[in-house]
Amino acid sequence: MPVINVDDLTDKDKAVMEVNQLKIEIKLERWLTSKCCEEIKEYIQAGVEEDTLVKGISEEKNPFKEKGGCVIC
Amino acid sequence: MGEMEQLRKEAESLKDQITAARKAVQDSTLQEAAAGITVVGRIQMKTRKTLRGHLAKIYAMHWSTDSKLCVSASQDGKLIVWDSVTTNKVNAIPLKSSWVMTCAYAPSGNLVACGGLDNMCSIYNLKGKDGNVKVMRELAAHTGYLSCCRFISDTEIITSSGDCTCILWDIETGTQKTVFAGHQGDCMSLAVAPDFKFFISGACDFTAKLWDIREGTCRQTFGGHESDVNAIGFFPNGNAVITGSDDATCKLFDLRADQELITYQDSSIMCGVTSLAPSMSGRLLLAGYDDFNVNIWDMLKAERVGKYMWKLYIPLENGRKVDPAEDSEGSSRVAVGTEH
Repeated sequence: MPVINVDDLTDKDKAVMEVNQLKIEIKLERWLTSKCCEEIKEYIQAGVEEDTLVKGISEEKNPFKEKGGCVIC
Repeated sequence: MGEMEQLRKEAESLKDQITAARKAVQDSTLQEAAAGITVVGRIQMKTRKTLRGHLAKIYAMHWSTDSKLCVSASQDGKLIVWDSVTTNKVNAIPLKSSWVMTCAYAPSGNLVACGGLDNMCSIYNLKGKDGNVKVMRELAAHTGYLSCCRFISDTEIITSSGDCTCILWDIETGTQKTVFAGHQGDCMSLAVAPDFKFFISGACDFTAKLWDIREGTCRQTFGGHESDVNAIGFFPNGNAVITGSDDATCKLFDLRADQELITYQDSSIMCGVTSLAPSMSGRLLLAGYDDFNVNIWDMLKAERVGKYMWKLYIPLENGRKVDPAEDSEGSSRVAVGTEH
């Protein structure tokens, strides 16, 4: 990939780049939002039971639990 | 009509066509899809560990893929690698430039990187033969501050900069492989897709861009924010992007629908978002704000379900920024860095 030196670009160069970029983006094939929302919802629901921040974690399994007992120095 | 004027008109027309194409596929909202779901119960987070040792503002932190070690960068001029379970410091690396703004842990665990107002990304080898951590490479080419960096592997890293570009570097040779230009404002942060094929960047031109790493091209641009996009991350399945902005909102953009699905905002929140991370399942969004709070959002219902206020411990420096809250991939640890 050629390395562009951005500092060498004139305002016109940047304007041309912007137009060319928009011409690329226009062609994108877009999915229906209903399908995307369903997928996101399903993904979340499939994983939420295992999500510790949502469901919590038992003290025994928590690696950050306070360790009790004596410490010998 | 002058050339510039013609180009400007052409750009406007193309943007209108894109807006129309997005509207044409907008047959439903996330609120509608989640209508039958109950909001998650109130989330209470408990501070389990406090990693003490930095002497000045902590600007950035990043988890290792093992979810135990993490690296933090402070303007006291140090990078510290912590064992978050024992709270021990595994490495304390003195930096040449103390004006550090970002740090990153390589997926392998072998390297860390940092950079800031020195406009460079410095790579450190944690596993050097003699046990000393030394600078391995200094990646210099950006003409603006380094706002963020993320490793693709031990040989490649992506950086974002105040010079409005992102760069993919070859770490071995210390040279630029690809320059990702297109943003019209400082690039503030970046995130790499779970499959390592794409990355996203958020910038002061109020947009987020999706880039194809190998092709070197921008595939999509997401607008809608009314101010700088400071924080960005992928939704856990890689098909959506979450942004956080100075406009006090976070947004969820779907890559396949090429548009915003929902905004996370509340009239009582008036300060900028500085960092964000989704929980493992994507149900929760943790976002750090300029007012010292981390707000926890139910991502499906767009309701705030928790707030984590950083209590002042021993104030060592006046400052107002709350730094990155980051949730480790595949784990549930949240780390919040501040200036204490």
